[in-house]
Amino acid sequence: MAGKIDPMHQFTVEPLVPLNIGGYDVSLTNSGAWMLAALAVITLFMWGGLKRQVVPGRWQMAVEGLTGFIDDLVKVNIGPEGKKFTPYIFSLFTFILVANLLGLLPLAIVPGWHPFTPTSHFSITGLLAIMSFSLVLIVGFWRHGLHFFSLFVPHGTPWYMLPLIIPIEIVSFLVRPFSLALRLFVAMMSGHILMEVFGSFIVNGFGSGSPVGFGVGLISFIFIVGVGALELLVCALQAYVFALLTSLYLNDAVNLH
Amino acid sequence: MDVASAKLIGAGLAAIGTGVAAVGVGFVFGQFLNSALRNPAAADGQQGRLFLGFALAELLGLMAFTVALLILFVF
Repeated sequence: MAGKIDPMHQFTVEPLVPLNIGGYDVSLTNSGAWMLAALAVITLFMWGGLKRQVVPGRWQMAVEGLTGFIDDLVKVNIGPEGKKFTPYIFSLFTFILVANLLGLLPLAIVPGWHPFTPTSHFSITGLLAIMSFSLVLIVGFWRHGLHFFSLFVPHGTPWYMLPLIIPIEIVSFLVRPFSLALRLFVAMMSGHILMEVFGSFIVNGFGSGSPVGFGVGLISFIFIVGVGALELLVCALQAYVFALLTSLYLNDAVNLH
Repeated sequence: MDVASAKLIGAGLAAIGTGVAAVGVGFVFGQFLNSALRNPAAADGQQGRLFLGFALAELLGLMAFTVALLILFVF
């Protein structure tokens, strides 16, 4: 099946259940279906572990490990006042992690199926980032009122540096949701493009029948095993980085500088 | 030079940035390891800063990748 490599095809959003309400297209797409799958996996995982046994079993230990991990993250980065943000950070982390990992499932061995990563779309990661950013703004203005603007003036800045520092701080503040969303979306998308391209190298290389093609296919195969392991790491790391940066931004809003 | 080939060359040039970001990420982790081996007791407390530095360095490489994609697919 030697053919043109089309790495962008896997990101197409296709309607699974077409649905039109009042002229708006609200079909259940494959993106929505995979988000629901992520929700189902998270619910199942949490439900299996919430047994409240005094001596926890393996499953409960796994759930407690996850919640404890996020609890520590929030406690270290925001402090004692950050406890009320733990559910939000936890939801963010688990959703991104599970959505990333589900997108790596080798489902394409079933003909006609292919996994879809909701987090490889800017609309999804952008929404998550806007949620985090608005939470920072709401918490900041709620707690500090207009004093929140002192975020743009770092402590101990000499007065003659202020005209330079304040615009830089404002720009770096406003670019936060953009960078948050872009990091996750590009990391997931580039990984999937890489796997698709090298997967096509294997298919085309072995399919060509020539010794050179066989060599290329073999090298690509060895390479993609490593890339697959790296992608698992990137999935977890990007979810962690998103949760970490959200908690750092919340720390700015809660404690100012 | 026609536009199509200039586009490919431009995308290739933009992809250099991802390699430079690799240098940055390697620098972040290398320096962390360097100092963590000197003072292992203090290393665990700095993991948040390690990943913050990693995320900031990585973002610029991803930006370069985005620019390459924009050149290839948008224009």
